[in-house]
Amino acid sequence: MRLFHYALAAFLLLTAQPPLFAADTIKIGVAGAHSGDLASYGLPSLNAVKIVIDKTNAQGGVNGKQIELLAEDDACKPEMATNAATKLLSEGARLVIGHVCSGATKAALPIYKNAGVVVISPSATSPELTHSGEYPNFFRAIAPDDTQARIDVDFAINGLGAKNIAVIHDKGDYGKGFAEFAKKFIEDSGKAKVALFEGVTPGAVDYSAIVQKIKQSRADAVMFGGYHPEASKIVGMMKRKKLQAAFISDDGVKDMTFIKVAGKNAEGVYASGPKDTTNNPLSIQAFAEHRAMYQSDAGAFYENAYAAALAVVNALKATNGATDLPGLRQALRTEQVDTPLGTISFNAEGDAVGVGFSIFQVRNGQFVEVKQ
Amino acid sequence: MPILAEIRFALRAALWFVFLTFPIMVIKADPIGQTVIWRWRNAVWVGACSFFVCLALRLWKNYRAKHPALGPSNDGGSFIHRILDHSGQRRAFLGILLAAAILFPFFASSYQTNIMITALIYVVLGLGLNIVVGMAGLLDLGFVAFYAIGAYTYALLHLHFGLGFWQSLPLGACLAALGGICLGFPVLRLRGDYLAIVTLGFGEIIRLALENWGEFSQGPSGIANIPRPGFFGMTLSLDQSILFLYFIMIVFVIATIFVVNRLRDSRIGRAWIALREDEIACQAMGIDKQKTKLAAFALGAFWAGGMGVVFAAKTTFINPASFTFLESVIILSIVVLGGMGSIVGVVCGALILVLLPEYLRALSEYRMLAFGAILVLMMIFRPQGLIPTIKSRYPLENLTDDRP
Amino acid sequence: MEYFLELICGGLTRGAIYALIALGYTMVYGIIGLINFAHGEIYMIGAFTAFIIATALTIYGFPLAAVVIVAGLAAAVWAAAYGYTVERIAYRPLRGAPRLSPLISAIGMSFFLQNYVLLAQTADFVPFPALIPDFDFLEPYSHIIGASDLVILATTAVVMVTLTCVIRYTTIGKAMRATAQDSAMALLLGINVNRVISITFIIGSALAAIGGLLVASHIGQINFYIGFLAGIKAFAAAVLGGIGSIPGAVLGGMLLGLTESFGTGYISSDYEDVFAFSLLVLILIFKPAGLLGKATVEKV
Repeated sequence: MRLFHYALAAFLLLTAQPPLFAADTIKIGVAGAHSGDLASYGLPSLNAVKIVIDKTNAQGGVNGKQIELLAEDDACKPEMATNAATKLLSEGARLVIGHVCSGATKAALPIYKNAGVVVISPSATSPELTHSGEYPNFFRAIAPDDTQARIDVDFAINGLGAKNIAVIHDKGDYGKGFAEFAKKFIEDSGKAKVALFEGVTPGAVDYSAIVQKIKQSRADAVMFGGYHPEASKIVGMMKRKKLQAAFISDDGVKDMTFIKVAGKNAEGVYASGPKDTTNNPLSIQAFAEHRAMYQSDAGAFYENAYAAALAVVNALKATNGATDLPGLRQALRTEQVDTPLGTISFNAEGDAVGVGFSIFQVRNGQFVEVKQ
Repeated sequence: MPILAEIRFALRAALWFVFLTFPIMVIKADPIGQTVIWRWRNAVWVGACSFFVCLALRLWKNYRAKHPALGPSNDGGSFIHRILDHSGQRRAFLGILLAAAILFPFFASSYQTNIMITALIYVVLGLGLNIVVGMAGLLDLGFVAFYAIGAYTYALLHLHFGLGFWQSLPLGACLAALGGICLGFPVLRLRGDYLAIVTLGFGEIIRLALENWGEFSQGPSGIANIPRPGFFGMTLSLDQSILFLYFIMIVFVIATIFVVNRLRDSRIGRAWIALREDEIACQAMGIDKQKTKLAAFALGAFWAGGMGVVFAAKTTFINPASFTFLESVIILSIVVLGGMGSIVGVVCGALILVLLPEYLRALSEYRMLAFGAILVLMMIFRPQGLIPTIKSRYPLENLTDDRP
Repeated sequence: MEYFLELICGGLTRGAIYALIALGYTMVYGIIGLINFAHGEIYMIGAFTAFIIATALTIYGFPLAAVVIVAGLAAAVWAAAYGYTVERIAYRPLRGAPRLSPLISAIGMSFFLQNYVLLAQTADFVPFPALIPDFDFLEPYSHIIGASDLVILATTAVVMVTLTCVIRYTTIGKAMRATAQDSAMALLLGINVNRVISITFIIGSALAAIGGLLVASHIGQINFYIGFLAGIKAFAAAVLGGIGSIPGAVLGGMLLGLTESFGTGYISSDYEDVFAFSLLVLILIFKPAGLLGKATVEKV
């Protein structure tokens, strides 16, 4: 038996040597949902990174080195994300743009942290990823959920004068996280109280009971954490049950599909979302590039991934192509980058500075930014 | 002219499929853009494909009817069984298999090894469920609950008490077995499909509790930073720990196969099989039905709990979304596809069902469509499973009548 | 008091939806003892067919009445066709196979149909046209009960009564009961068992399609995945009422709907499904064959 242990230890030592890298390219991994029902969230990021890398390579790369892209699918599932992460590392990725979903990101991060690889997510908004301080290698080009919840709560209390707010969520990671922050901020404000805090089952055949309950609680505003399918069902049921409370939600609802599906029920709904960038020349250019390359309109988180890729390329230029963690981290924190989202840098926790949310309202079938 | 008749039949089938798929394949109505697109080409495709597939199937069926020797052999999987029956060949076969398993990670990338770990986890899960469904004949649609209990045991024990993998492993397995007994008690009186729906409900209740009872389980955001198993106090790099986990799983699989094999031939294993075949006759033989059923639930759950701990250690992050009803369905499919009650079958079934979608990635969006179709086709052409179990035979040889 | 009434109405509507789907489960189970996992998908396909036809007709400018009738008929016809085909392809070759094989086949069929609709149509939610108009006389009570709730309840009642009569008094109903009791004996008596089974699938599927149409119109949107959860709940309802029994399916559905509605209303919607499944487990512990199911004594 002891012999077996020695043999095993020997094997382990044999495999301990670091993987060999070809010195001529810098490999950047892109991980996210590239297949399955959430592919619409992951593929735009992949396209964005491709465009940025192609442009950089055409201009001579970084410090004379070309950048190579490795794409890996995680279908937004934690167990597949760890597979994707190990595959990227075993192929020699030294930087990763991804993952797209918070759960998958949480599962994969320890693996990257172990390997000292910098990760920039275009879309993982779970607050603890940065606030916990456990992942010094993690950055993101999007604002975390608590920022969003704070803006929504401020708007409901100060902008709409709500005194009694019902907080509803879809029991998911994203929706419930948002709702819990909203609840906390409402209670801390002292100006309003939480009338109701409940989760609904996504996909249920009927939401009348929860709407009746909201009505019974006499809430003057409903704050919903979750995605647009449930939001449009609840809004429709509220209209049918003649419930007049204002409906405020998150950027899972600030999606044109919501307006299309909910139709005239969507009118008047508030939703927070990333700041309007339609007048930013870089954003216009980024969308034009996507149109030229893929003959279609870019989807969700395209600008965020584009910004992340620009930040990565910029940081690599600052370190002269070195990919060690301390150097890159320093570069990401200090360098200001012009991106489609505006001029951004990253703070010590890894959150982007200069990326913000504002409140939109549906008016005549369009999201219109609400000026406070 | 039988061939003409076949063509006529295939034509009719093709027409039927064109009709059947007409609204969904041909019309695409967009209520927002107020447009209707008629995709007639799809109808032609459906018609042509179903015509040829149907014709080919009919001709093959006719051909087989004329050549019965080529028909499906009923001692299915006989090749493997024949090897396993012969003790010398069996030893050689198992030796090669073991050597291949041990050498595999040194030739494959750590990504391949990682996938193989997942596949091995499902092998053990399948063997666990095989005790409940395959041997004792109790249809369990909530098996994933025990998997979840194991995973959360490790995650929570580590989070609150800092317990390691090796301490949590037996605890997780035993807690899951306890869960199995808790589920077993109320459902002892239920039979067949009533049992199925109650176990389904049990699985859902566990998942929903994990999702909603945030103070206990951290809710849908899950638990992160679960450590991988350490190697005698050494901290391992990522590649090493994957390798280590792989060998742990190899040992696990061997141990499971050994135990399950012995269990099947033991007194209690015989009792399970008797229970599956005929409950009443089994009771009449003096077998304690309650104890036997509870033992099946507990022992099946035991393996699931252990694998839950390994799963948590492998992904280092768990949330309730990993333990849905779909997962139970996949484990059940492993058992039925492989051949109920057959250990070799379950091992093959698990490897196929886990590795197939992974390598079907080339088909990308058609992957799940193909998966569903393969399940149906497998059942039609081999309803008894890939490698069905063979009943033990005790030939009556050398019997001498020495009665006075 | 009004709150209580509102919850009752909401629960009954929900229950009626479950009941409509559960009828298909219960009929199929009663006859061939198979949990037809693809039944939820048939319901989804019915809803999708109705969506496609109704949207197309609306775009071409047909009046609402014509749209409702044609879409309803199309949904029922095509869902029945799918039910029939699924039975022919996936279940009939498996008669006499080990008991769990048809179950896996059904699960495979369910995956297949879901992804088929996903690929041929869309993965997104689509808005379902409002096929049930608002009734003026309900206007004062619209916060308690809406037009769609009323239509769903009425449909379920009519369907249950009709179905019970069909099974009790018609020739095909008798053939169904005979097949359910002993299919070998029925065959000996000259009943075309395969035909009876096909007809059962056709009726069950058409009912599921009507359920799909009503639910989609009630909730206003559909996608390829709606069949899964509805299917599981309906299956639970069928078992609760005693699988194989038609009034049982309706009773089970109603009970499940009311439990969920009151659970949400007076306790918390977080545990909505937990209430439903706990009720199921409790009832089965005390009445192992369901509420209206007959406890069969197994003969040796």
